[in-house]
Amino acid sequence: MATTTAKPAAIEDGGRRAVLTQEDRRALLRYMLLMRATEERALALYRQGKVPGSYYDGRGQEAISVGSAFVLGPRDRTCILHRDLGAHLIRGVRPGRVLAQMMGRAGGVTGGKDGNMHFGDTELGCVGMVSMLPDMALVTCGLALSFQMRKEPRVAMTWFGEGSTANGQWHEAMNVAGVRKLPAVFILENNQFAYSTPNEREFAVDPVKRAEVYGFPGVKVDGNDVEAVFYAAAEACERARSGGGPTLIECETMRMHGHGAHDDMRYVPKELFDVWAERDPIDRYERKLADDGIDVEQITASAKEEIERETEWALSQPMPEGPEALSGVFATSEPRLGDGNAPWSFWKEAANG
Amino acid sequence: MAEMTYLSAISDGLREEMRHDESVFCMGEDIGAFGGAFKVTDGFIEEFGADRVWDTPLAENAIIGTAVGAAVEGLRPVCEMQFADFISCGFDQLVNVAAKMHYRQGLAVPMVVRLPSGGGFSGGPYHSQNPEAWFLQAPGLKVVAPSTADDAKGLLASAIRDPNPVVYLEHKHLYRRVKGEVPEGRYEVPLGRVRVAREGTDLTVISYGAMVGIALEATQDIDGASVEVIDLRSLVPLDTEGILRSVRKTSKVVVLHEATRSCGVGAEVCALIAQEAFEDLDGPVVRVTAPDVPIPFSPPLERAVLPQVDDVKEACRELLAY
Repeated sequence: MATTTAKPAAIEDGGRRAVLTQEDRRALLRYMLLMRATEERALALYRQGKVPGSYYDGRGQEAISVGSAFVLGPRDRTCILHRDLGAHLIRGVRPGRVLAQMMGRAGGVTGGKDGNMHFGDTELGCVGMVSMLPDMALVTCGLALSFQMRKEPRVAMTWFGEGSTANGQWHEAMNVAGVRKLPAVFILENNQFAYSTPNEREFAVDPVKRAEVYGFPGVKVDGNDVEAVFYAAAEACERARSGGGPTLIECETMRMHGHGAHDDMRYVPKELFDVWAERDPIDRYERKLADDGIDVEQITASAKEEIERETEWALSQPMPEGPEALSGVFATSEPRLGDGNAPWSFWKEAANG
Repeated sequence: MAEMTYLSAISDGLREEMRHDESVFCMGEDIGAFGGAFKVTDGFIEEFGADRVWDTPLAENAIIGTAVGAAVEGLRPVCEMQFADFISCGFDQLVNVAAKMHYRQGLAVPMVVRLPSGGGFSGGPYHSQNPEAWFLQAPGLKVVAPSTADDAKGLLASAIRDPNPVVYLEHKHLYRRVKGEVPEGRYEVPLGRVRVAREGTDLTVISYGAMVGIALEATQDIDGASVEVIDLRSLVPLDTEGILRSVRKTSKVVVLHEATRSCGVGAEVCALIAQEAFEDLDGPVVRVTAPDVPIPFSPPLERAVLPQVDDVKEACRELLAY
């Protein structure tokens, strides 16, 4: 097991260096800000009674989905979980569609058929999650299998909490990925608690240590450091694309809100919460970029403005009509997973030859 | 046309689809060098290679979940559950991931899960189940159950080409017992249409899978009565018109299946008839099924549970005399 705590040497991929330009770093901050602002707005809408059901967010975990999804190319595929809004945004989902989704509106990604964060815009190469965790780890294996069978240098990436690693399907996925050396990247978000159950009651062995026994590398990174997550994911994707098989990346973090909006977190010691509050991934990255001379305030203001606009759009969307509930049980045409957005300058350069 | 066993017809159908369409591949336990527990994929690994005939680890959720991922990315996986019973271990991926995928996000999942089902060979409680009714409560799955060799091949082709997850129940007891003329090359038997296995005017026996043969044997001569036998072939979609057409003709119905009784396919068919054809009936709709018990191991116990020719005869006689 390797531990990545700092930026590694630049990663080579097809002769091109996997490094972050200043423009990329501005984008990383922007996506983290958009994720937090969207979720803050969704929580406010929940408290106003406009979000039915319950509400789940990823506060404090923004660096993970943003840092890892930012690595992906347009033809890569994702199975994104419920605390990973940043990955959806990077693939190109508008925040307004996310808010409409949470409110059960017709303009949401699933048109009201599913709720919370149970969505994936298939046009952008995302397959939406289900509540049974970690089911999507196996679907990710299947996506990766298709790339492998067609000999395409593509990657399937998925995210899950450490709670998922107790479930048999997680073991099945790691085993299958290891046996077939699938081009899959597994992002494990260790946010300290599975609902209210702390790490020490979840497992006897740190999950990332298990990667080795499944036959592939496991790395541990600071999940509140967006660039550390990025470089670990870039290395894993490069390995997957070149036939080197899967990687498990454990990102250490803390869930700064309850499991859902109904959860008062009474089981979290205050000291633990305070320690992690000091390590907020957005505050840290803002300070770092400001020190490097980047105009952080401009990025913050622009993200705020975007969310205002998107919220207005989401609130203007109608609710779906009742009879729509009866449609779409069966498919009548072939599946179509489209390509996603890939904002990293690496892909823009590749597209420009 | 060549005469084939039900087993060879399945094998032939799968091979034809794999030869014709590179995106079709099969996966399951021991399907490679061993050729599958029942030899459906015998010789496949030599012809198609280990990538397209994937001997998977012993993990049913992994088989089905991986197939879902491959299917949404454009491949057409055909999964083998070594025994239908083991679908319980992959149930979550089938009913929560595969079945709901299109409804939730408009994404088709073109995959087939082959289930060697049924009893009659002392397989005991874990190798003899007929789990079809489990899937009727999971909207999004299609469910087929052939009874003849040519249907076995044609329905498998339809299942593979369908853009939805299809549960394909192949009855183990029929593998080498049922033989028939099977067309060469590729053809489809459409899902959702009953087959009239025998025309009749006095009574209808509605069945599917292995029990179609039992129905034909039991009713070939019942005191000179003219008994129609309907083979459902496809349980989802269900050919309700095909069922009602026969009911309106004969006015007396026996519904026969090997699976246990409560909330089974028979219950659904009976409810349909009660609601849509009540005034056409000249007697109660009668069910002949296994009772609500697990399938026991010892031959006399198993015989006591699975519907036998005499059970069907008796039910038909009583209803004809009603």
